Amino acid sequence: MKIRIKFAKYGTMKYIGHLDMMRFFQKAIRRAGIDIKYSEGFSPHQIMSFASPLGVGLESTGEYMDIEVLSMTSAQDIRESLNSAMVEGVEVLSVTPLPDHAKNAMASVAAASYSLRMKEGSFPIDGLNEKLQSFYGQETIPFTKETKKSTVELDLKQGIYEISTNKDGAIHMLVNASSSGNIKPAIVFQAFCQFAGVEIPLQACQITRLETYADSAEDTSSHRFIPLAKV
Amino acid sequence: MRKLALSDDILMQVEKPARYIGNEVNSVMKDKEHVAIRFAMCFPDVYEIGMSHLGIQIIYSMLNEWEDVWCERVYSPWVDLDRLMRDNHIPLFCLESQEPVKDMDFLGITIQYEMCYTNILQILDLAQIPLHAADRGEDAPIVIGGGPCTYNPEPIADFFDLFYIGEGETQYRNLLDWYRKNKEEGGSRLDFLKGAAKIPGIYVPQFYQELYNADGTVRGRKKLYEDIPDTILKEIVMDVTNTYYPRKPVVPFIKVTQDRVVLEIQRGCIRGCRFCQAGQLYRPVRERSVDMLKEYAADMLRNTGHEEISLSSLSSSDYSHLNELLDFLIEDCGTKHVNISLPSLRIDAFSLDVMSKVQDVKKSSLTFAPEAGSQRLRDVINKGLTEEVILNGAALAFEGGWTRVKLYFMLGLPTETEEDIRGIGELSNKIAATFFETVPKDKRVNGKVQIVTSTSFFIPKPFTPFQWAPMCTKEEFLEKAHLTKQGIMEQLNQKSIKYNWHEADVSVLEGVFARGDRKIAQVIESAYKRGCLFDSWSEYFHNDIWMTCFEDCGLDIGFYTTRPRADDEIFPWDFLDCGVTRNFLLREWKKAQAQTISPNCKVQCQGCGANRFGGGICFWEKAHA
Repeated sequence: MKIRIKFAKYGTMKYIGHLDMMRFFQKAIRRAGIDIKYSEGFSPHQIMSFASPLGVGLESTGEYMDIEVLSMTSAQDIRESLNSAMVEGVEVLSVTPLPDHAKNAMASVAAASYSLRMKEGSFPIDGLNEKLQSFYGQETIPFTKETKKSTVELDLKQGIYEISTNKDGAIHMLVNASSSGNIKPAIVFQAFCQFAGVEIPLQACQITRLETYADSAEDTSSHRFIPLAKV
Repeated sequence: MRKLALSDDILMQVEKPARYIGNEVNSVMKDKEHVAIRFAMCFPDVYEIGMSHLGIQIIYSMLNEWEDVWCERVYSPWVDLDRLMRDNHIPLFCLESQEPVKDMDFLGITIQYEMCYTNILQILDLAQIPLHAADRGEDAPIVIGGGPCTYNPEPIADFFDLFYIGEGETQYRNLLDWYRKNKEEGGSRLDFLKGAAKIPGIYVPQFYQELYNADGTVRGRKKLYEDIPDTILKEIVMDVTNTYYPRKPVVPFIKVTQDRVVLEIQRGCIRGCRFCQAGQLYRPVRERSVDMLKEYAADMLRNTGHEEISLSSLSSSDYSHLNELLDFLIEDCGTKHVNISLPSLRIDAFSLDVMSKVQDVKKSSLTFAPEAGSQRLRDVINKGLTEEVILNGAALAFEGGWTRVKLYFMLGLPTETEEDIRGIGELSNKIAATFFETVPKDKRVNGKVQIVTSTSFFIPKPFTPFQWAPMCTKEEFLEKAHLTKQGIMEQLNQKSIKYNWHEADVSVLEGVFARGDRKIAQVIESAYKRGCLFDSWSEYFHNDIWMTCFEDCGLDIGFYTTRPRADDEIFPWDFLDCGVTRNFLLREWKKAQAQTISPNCKVQCQGCGANRFGGGICFWEKAHA
């Protein structure tokens, strides 16, 4: 039986990287006594897949992983036993049984929403929302990404679905998070800072992933994003 | 939410911030308002090494079982954070509370290998605790050392308020009770130390003075107070079944060296290899009951979620109930997808059968530790492993499908000749030949066998029969490694043999520290102040700085390493008593030179002196009769 687990990661746990989070959950599942399915072969491993890796330093209220279990009493029981095996900074928010034919979490990911806020104070940008809108209103949003070996010219426009600020002064964005077109919120933020002519070091911002979405639109010309837990 | 000692800014700059945040599963949080004693337990190396150490886990769980104590963990900040802490004047902190170490009542440091000595100074320095015990005020934590290196504590004696000699389970309660009582009575630090010096196993170095002869050797010791002991007998747990052992070990977030449940099945070793310090220090052999081990194995696996369990002991094959324990683990773990790792097993039909059940034969390798290349030299070191046993074991293993063999040897053992060294290549070759004789061509996986032969350099250690032995110079070591390599190259099957050898510089230094006296402390301090740190990590080891420091301090390395010692020379560690007598060790030293072996404890008692503890293997026959 396939099960989708949604969890939050925050506080000191933001310093734990993706691979270590996987190891953390593997051990937590054993502690919780969940009857998880193992792969075949001489060194069997738990059938588990994460929707989308979260970088070190980011917090999240919308992380997902899928597991396969051989037996279970109820989704509620799994949620409770998992939560009793967690540490401060990781919380299982929901456990949802999936239909057998459901695509796995990783393949389903289409978009993710993020918030960016200053760790201290607020963004030193006047008329933040107007600037965000004129930034997004551009025909193209060019960005030069520097890698170790080369520089790559990107157009971020197609990958940004929404960007705005609200009363709390944070920047909210919904961006492409699919395996083919993933855009990091940090890059969008850097492009925006260049556009707005301000210099704000990335380390001064706290980025939080709010939710991860699948796209349930029938055709490819439009999007209909729904949270992975609602698939 | 816990507040971290390091800012977000710093944590995002350093490699593996998870080393510094605590919060691991089974780490113990207490309300500091409701404990009387704050204890910082430190392993002076990086987190991944320190978290792999069983001793700390045992003491940590024991101290935290006591309501009035909160024990927390401390490890060496890696070089990147070390720099940032110094630049920003951030005091070293404990992982659990994230509060400064300097505010604790105790700082316990486990000292597992000599090359961590500069890291001890780093810990004190970053914690903002004066390096010298004599300079510490009333508010500074009491700094305690423990672990194998405290069996010669003199090179680091200046830096510690006290050493706990022996196994930690027995005297900590008394020590902490005395600490509380002294505090309640308004006693001073000095009052505490004076009282502590009378607790069994506790050594307060500043109450003793080391006296020297004109030639630099030790003449004796002078006590500062009449009523403190002349010698200190190690502490030992005689009932290792009904004692402290963690049921809920801390589970690290990041991958550490020992990322598994560790089940210590017994303490001590019957074998009596003459180079081995652990084999003497932890006598007599004491086994835990198999029922206890089964219970703890199940509990620890359930409480940690680890996917692997490892048996720990100096020689697992000698454990009386190994069969029963392994049957239980295979049965119990098999259903839970838990791997079993079996280090220090003798290679025979039984162990190969067990290993084939719990390991992927194709991927795993077998390990033999002949330690010396010839039977003659193996007799000198009393390594009861014959060529016949090795070749039979190898043949069985090759039939069972193994194709990889690791061999461990030491270079520079007492009485070693070129012939003994050539024996290393020859034995490696015979094992390779055994493969080709045993496994028919059509059954050879990839058609070949892989022998990895490694040598380390022999370092004489205190409380071993070889404590009198001269050690080689760096040049001699390198020459021996060169000869070994040549010997291997000459072999018929040399293409199947890979040879690794250790650095010689570190071994020489380790030899100085192992048998050093109090004069060595100034060298360690000056090397630390000139930037030496993480000396056990080859990329951070600066031999040139160390050499300069010895020169500046006017100390001769050869005095500590290559100098032959007379039978009656007083050693810096002679005031400690680990149970085995000096007479026994000397007898063994003579037997070694005569190439005479000593049978193990199960075959015949050698009268080492450890029976004075009134238990363990020394009394098994009587109990069974």
